[in-house]
Amino acid sequence: MTLGQTVRSSVGQKILMAVSGIMLSLFLVVHGIGNSMTFFGSKAFNAYAEKLHSLGFLVPLFELGLLAVFLLHIFLGLTLFLQNNQARPVRYQMEKSSGGRTPGSRTMPYTGVVILIFLVVHLLNFHFTDHSIPISDIVRNVLRQPIYALFYLSALAVVALHISHGFWSLFQSLGINHPKYNATLRSGSLGAALALSAVFMLIPLCTLLIKEFLR
Amino acid sequence: MPSTKIDINLKIWRQENPDAPGSFQQYSLAGLSTDMSFLEMLDVLNEKLTLEGREPVAFDHDCREGICGMCGAVVNGQPHGPEPGTTLCQLHLRHFRDGDHLVIEPFRARAFRIEKDLVVDRSSLDHIIQAGGYVSVNTGGAVEANTIAIPQQIAEQAMDAAACIGCGACVAACPNASAMLFLGAKVSQLALLPQGHPERRLRALSMVGKMDELGFGNCSNERECEAACPKSISIRHIARLNREFIKAALFAE
Repeated sequence: MTLGQTVRSSVGQKILMAVSGIMLSLFLVVHGIGNSMTFFGSKAFNAYAEKLHSLGFLVPLFELGLLAVFLLHIFLGLTLFLQNNQARPVRYQMEKSSGGRTPGSRTMPYTGVVILIFLVVHLLNFHFTDHSIPISDIVRNVLRQPIYALFYLSALAVVALHISHGFWSLFQSLGINHPKYNATLRSGSLGAALALSAVFMLIPLCTLLIKEFLR
Repeated sequence: MPSTKIDINLKIWRQENPDAPGSFQQYSLAGLSTDMSFLEMLDVLNEKLTLEGREPVAFDHDCREGICGMCGAVVNGQPHGPEPGTTLCQLHLRHFRDGDHLVIEPFRARAFRIEKDLVVDRSSLDHIIQAGGYVSVNTGGAVEANTIAIPQQIAEQAMDAAACIGCGACVAACPNASAMLFLGAKVSQLALLPQGHPERRLRALSMVGKMDELGFGNCSNERECEAACPKSISIRHIARLNREFIKAALFAE
């Protein structure tokens, strides 16, 4: 099997899905830590943003890498979704879980597409926008609007659902499964997914409800 | 538990041949003993249909004691019915209630062809085995059993995987119609034992390649397979298959 055949095989695609998933998860963790600067006030948050942008050419380099990983994850996800749909041309009249599926695993492709839409809006809100004002004000301008705050909260709930399966699933895809660690891996990955989502969700919630947040 | 009599309403998939369009037909059976197995209930139905001059329902069965892997149908959305770790032939009517409505469908997947009614051609699983699920050495005379030391734990794990009866319930249960639990069990059972080691890398690659070629879906770790498996085979064996595949894909010459 050549390398090309390997990555096109079912298991190869799942491994690439897991590896790109790990990269996106790590990005999400770093993004979450960066965002949590908002809880220390606008000064801390703006200083963090400035520090980040002072990294020079590393920033666009990282952005391009991230874009590539995102595109790979999305492309593979859609390919797998279409292939899997074709693998059972006639559906069952009655579908009932035997007990393995979770709300997260059941909805993976759909939550993925919702996240993609969210990403576009998110980038338009904060990346492709006027950066002459401090980032804390940009955040306030967007998230003080209830419609946007609600949109972000629901989109982040979808992210939580997606990674509630993804964080565990990537271990299994890479062959990491051992009775001694399985319970820890399962509850640990779920806990990490929920905690991370909570950090992100606190920001629109605080901006909307606390008048002085990021002032 | 004393045996009682119950009535069951059935909705069964009827299909004349692989190319005919199928449809559901409804049947009612009264006064069935709860000691009866699911297949015995179908026997009762078929006897009734035959006496009425109608075509009996075709279904797969052989040993009727849960070890051959021949029987299997999807009952109310669950392969082999609602009882965990049980084949359809070992499912008894005591697990159902009087007046229950049961929808019985064949195992469905692109890689499985419906021959007639509930009879499904699962020879694609045999083709996966033919692609590498064996040890190709001339064994010669039997050596003394303890010549090759195998730890008890490893032997038990290999046996857990070897419990697979190849019934296809994992494929039927998988939302993606993937055969990864079947494959995982077969690859594990050989990879764990010294006799299977020489060919382990090629085996993982060629069996996965064959599975893809036959039109099965991709594993997305939904865990439906292990929940539906009549032998309760763990997805731990899928993880081992993944490890075997990664090692083989990276390092096999």
